[in-house]
Amino acid sequence: MRRPIDLTSARPGVFAEKAFVWLCRLGAAIPLTMLAWLLYRVAAAGVHRLSWSFLTDPPSQLDASAAGLGPALMGTLWLIVLTATIALPIGIGAAIYLEEYSRRSKLAGLLELAIANLAGVPSIVYGMLGLGLFVHALAMGETVIAGALTLALLILPIIITSAREALRTVKDSLREAALGLGATRWQCTRQVVLPMALPGILTGAILAIARAIGETAPLVVVGAVAFILYGPDGVDAKYTALPMQIFQWTSNPKRAFLDNAAAGILVLMTTLLVINGVAIWLRNRYQSRRS
Amino acid sequence: MKITVKGLRASFGDHEVVKGIDLAIPSRQITAIIGPSGCGKSTFLRCLNRMHELVPGASRAGQVLLDDTDVYADDVDPVLVRRWVGMVFQKPNPFPSMSIKDNVVAGLRLTHRYDRKDAPGVIERALRQAALWDEVKDKLNDPGTSLSGGQQQRLCIARALAVNPDVILLDEPCSALDPIATARIEELLLEIRRDYTMVIVTHNMGQAQRVAEHTAFFLQGELVEFDTTAALFGQPRDSRTADYIAGRFG
Repeated sequence: MRRPIDLTSARPGVFAEKAFVWLCRLGAAIPLTMLAWLLYRVAAAGVHRLSWSFLTDPPSQLDASAAGLGPALMGTLWLIVLTATIALPIGIGAAIYLEEYSRRSKLAGLLELAIANLAGVPSIVYGMLGLGLFVHALAMGETVIAGALTLALLILPIIITSAREALRTVKDSLREAALGLGATRWQCTRQVVLPMALPGILTGAILAIARAIGETAPLVVVGAVAFILYGPDGVDAKYTALPMQIFQWTSNPKRAFLDNAAAGILVLMTTLLVINGVAIWLRNRYQSRRS
Repeated sequence: MKITVKGLRASFGDHEVVKGIDLAIPSRQITAIIGPSGCGKSTFLRCLNRMHELVPGASRAGQVLLDDTDVYADDVDPVLVRRWVGMVFQKPNPFPSMSIKDNVVAGLRLTHRYDRKDAPGVIERALRQAALWDEVKDKLNDPGTSLSGGQQQRLCIARALAVNPDVILLDEPCSALDPIATARIEELLLEIRRDYTMVIVTHNMGQAQRVAEHTAFFLQGELVEFDTTAALFGQPRDSRTADYIAGRFG
């Protein structure tokens, strides 16, 4: 007997499928809602404080309306540049060594374990390390270079891990092609593997630096000062940074300083947004150039 | 003889896949290596230009003489071996970030032997040898990956030829291609066979008969029989060879 063809009656499991999709939508909506809520709250409190002079003026402990975050902004810029200069070559170099030169060796396994562990160490512990090593043992004092070195240590595991991921996306058949043409390992890495992995490496590096910008705890420990009237004028200068300034304003008893903190958060968030935007732009640009 | 292999053994970890092979590969001819999957023919080929050792855990014993020099001698630089003994792989692998003409000269660029003045000549000569010139001469700046699979493989052959090797190893170069693309590659191999010593690993016994002067039959890491192609397929001396070429296993 032939069965009639039925294409319209409900399949079992349709409800569960729909419910699951809605659950996923909810999961995606929660972080977005939180971010929107945070932005709304800080914007409501702080947007009236935003002005050019707020970005450039020194802080004030007496008059909230005259206070600015000039030194903190400059300090953060110094930290970004120095941290990136230190962490990127070391991190990318380590990733190249692990992926291109020492694959599956015992040492690589050990290093991998160490890096995975370092990525999980709380940032305050990096602060202690920085205090002991850079500030005291190497006698750098509470300077912006000591802060940058500490932040560089903090983001190294992130840079190494993301750079390794990026290097792994390059197919082995291309390495073989290069080596089969008589290229050395370095020539193959430099001219075939790195150009292909670069967008991934850059994206990871930028995200790691964004992480460093938001860090406060290690900077408190290595001695970023809470109140300073000038931005750094060299690597050995005293400094403060945006999150430090925000933290200091929130702990000020005067209500008006809270608005300053909110405005500071807006500046910090905008900076992060720009940096992340650049990361995405870079990735897309390189991807479209390659395909 | 261009290549003389003596007592070659190769392993991955504890697993020995090439179990003591002696073979002499004649100069400026095509030698085919046939045998069922897992018989060690690709590994054998990769030992000839020291690509085998790039795989983690790989090891090797025995000699491979290129003319009179053992490529495994202590003072030999494997990078230089690969400049004399080029390779074409199973799947076409042009560099995706490079144009067609940059792919052809990639070997020279990579090894810093690139000369801007000579480049157009080198590119045209290699592409003509690889029977690709007429198809790509008007789009040399297009990406190498924009070509069809068969064209990509001919581009890879042109890339291998451009560094001016003595020997070219071909590891099942047509296994990812359709019969028409395969036929074009076989034609071009026959065109250039007087200029290079070529060793081709193939699954396709018809291909061995069409292109190779000599054929070696491998089984489970051992060389069963080596002879002129006509003799090996016409009057195999070993019953295992006879069974394999008759399609009774494999």
